[in-house]
Amino acid sequence: MAETKEKEPLFSSKNKKLLSEPMVRNNPITVQVLGICSALAITVKLEPSLVMAISVIAIMGTANLIISLMRSLIPPRIRIIVMLTVIASLVVLVDEILAAFLYDVSKQLSVFVGLIITNCIIMGRLEAFASSNKPWPSFLDGIGNAAGYGWILIIVGFFRELFGSGEIFGYPVFEKIGLYQTGYVDNGLMILPPAALFIVGIIIWVHRSRHPELIDIS
Amino acid sequence: MENLFDIFIKAIFVENMIFAYFLGMCSYLAVSKTVETSTGLGLAVIFVLGITVPVDYLINEYLLADGALSWLGPEFANIDLSFLSYIMFIAVIASMVQLVEMVIEKFSPSLYANLGIFLPLIAVNCSILGGSLFMQERDYNNIAEATTFGLGSGVGWFLAIVAIAAIREKIRYSNVPAPLRGLGITFIITGLMGIAFMAFMGIEL
Repeated sequence: MAETKEKEPLFSSKNKKLLSEPMVRNNPITVQVLGICSALAITVKLEPSLVMAISVIAIMGTANLIISLMRSLIPPRIRIIVMLTVIASLVVLVDEILAAFLYDVSKQLSVFVGLIITNCIIMGRLEAFASSNKPWPSFLDGIGNAAGYGWILIIVGFFRELFGSGEIFGYPVFEKIGLYQTGYVDNGLMILPPAALFIVGIIIWVHRSRHPELIDIS
Repeated sequence: MENLFDIFIKAIFVENMIFAYFLGMCSYLAVSKTVETSTGLGLAVIFVLGITVPVDYLINEYLLADGALSWLGPEFANIDLSFLSYIMFIAVIASMVQLVEMVIEKFSPSLYANLGIFLPLIAVNCSILGGSLFMQERDYNNIAEATTFGLGSGVGWFLAIVAIAAIREKIRYSNVPAPLRGLGITFIITGLMGIAFMAFMGIEL
């Protein structure tokens, strides 16, 4: 794909597209249906969602870069194990960093940091893009997809924290504006796991009604 | 024995991989279009979880956990290798999946024809790695408990995917708003099923 042009600027329109495409049009969660597991489980509050989003962006950019650099060295038969090993080593790094600097968040995320390894977005993009493209576009593709994943995570986390516990980043918004005096009660359902499914379902609904070409006809 | 039964039931209903932890959602959403294929994938997951969880239990107990290496001699008693567990677990899972695939191909071609295409998918199914990580976090006492937990989680996952596949087969005849069709409605149904499964939550076993 990048073979034809010898020298293209770092942010050519094609490369910019790699970054912007996964944000909306080809979003990993709402369109490609990848990486749902972690998107749902850790979005009870905004802070872990944000930490998770940043971790995935870091891991995915690096993993795409590494695999793309090694793409001609990896024998196709064992590529899955090689990819998993690369991802797992990066996840171990992130896990240790989180445990050292953000201990509370890392306790909240518990096994879900480890589960970034099996986050299908990373495997999916490594397989579909990084193993056949040059390092720089692969890096951008990784960042773009992870960011597309991240912003959905943050939206879900925002709504769940706001309506579930009336806070944003732990700051009691609803209490400050005096909503509780009017008889408002926090929606307990929002803290429970199914709420995440409803919110993602609604995001998909809104997204597909704005992009009718994505509608599933089957 | 009673304890094992408790763990089994708990893993299936109370701590269901899909409805309580959302593990293995990717393949759950992608492969649940018909009951037949989801049964195949569900069986493969039970099978792989039943093998990898006990193997990872042994690895964790005798190689990785704090002081696990003390069987090598007293000077190894202070070594804690648990930071390696992600890499070890995923390597075990990937190689086990490969091994299981080869064994099935050799001894039961008919089963292979049914299950074969799903086996590689399983290596990146979060519920498999999740099973091992939960096993590590919850500190089961012996290998029988760990195996029961693995099998129970597999059965829970199997039930969930077969149930959603049956609902999706039916819902094809309903008039769902166009943008919600397919993925969107599946999410919402899964959420409703999750609420139903919460009825099991208070159960003390």
